[in-house]
Amino acid sequence: MQVKFDVEGGNFSKAGHASSQVKKILKQLNVAPKIIKSIVVALYEAEVNIVAHAYNGTIEVTIDPQKILINLSDNGPGIADISLAMQEGFSTASQEVRQMGFGAGMGLPNIKRNTDEFEIESEVGKGTKLIMTKFF
Amino acid sequence: MKVSNIIKELNLSVYGGDNGLDNEVDGGYVSDLLSDVMGNAEESQIWITLQTHRNVMAIASLKDLAAVILVNDLKPDEDMLEQANEEGIPVLGTGMTTFDVGGKLYNLLKG
Repeated sequence: MQVKFDVEGGNFSKAGHASSQVKKILKQLNVAPKIIKSIVVALYEAEVNIVAHAYNGTIEVTIDPQKILINLSDNGPGIADISLAMQEGFSTASQEVRQMGFGAGMGLPNIKRNTDEFEIESEVGKGTKLIMTKFF
Repeated sequence: MKVSNIIKELNLSVYGGDNGLDNEVDGGYVSDLLSDVMGNAEESQIWITLQTHRNVMAIASLKDLAAVILVNDLKPDEDMLEQANEEGIPVLGTGMTTFDVGGKLYNLLKG
């Protein structure tokens, strides 16, 4: 099955909506709780990254009997140095976003830790694409 | 232990999310960094924080946390409370500092 969500940049009141929907779907499909937990952590972080950094984006989720594949794509500033962005503690989040408790530089490491496969591609001035896979 | 027992023992205020007062608690997590909670908190824990916005409830719900305690007499934002009520996750409050309420909760659960 496939589901798609639109994500609005800057709108923190809706951050987590896609993650919450995907969690519900996976529960209905009786996916193991431990797997669901990991997916929720990774997806929430990726969703919040779009809200915190991009203008808008989409999340496409494909679920088959073996795995979940999540494709996130945003229009935004992009990431100049991906290896730097992957480092624990590195963040370019605004002061406002940090005051909310986001932007601690833990998002991308959290995603990596909680997925089986994780790819990131970015073009400065255009946007960022993330593909993450978790096997059931 | 249930959230309602902890409210009594620690003399906490209840701001909302009353439907979750019977939630079982088996530990706590103390942090104001949302990704830290996202990555490291566990199901059925109480989250002690000074963050008062609705994203706290989004995380509490995604992580199946038992309740949230706001320290230093902080009050939840209106949209935090709305979401707490929707999700049935109690938002509690105390005049105690994070250190004091965390210590008391620890004694109660693990002491």
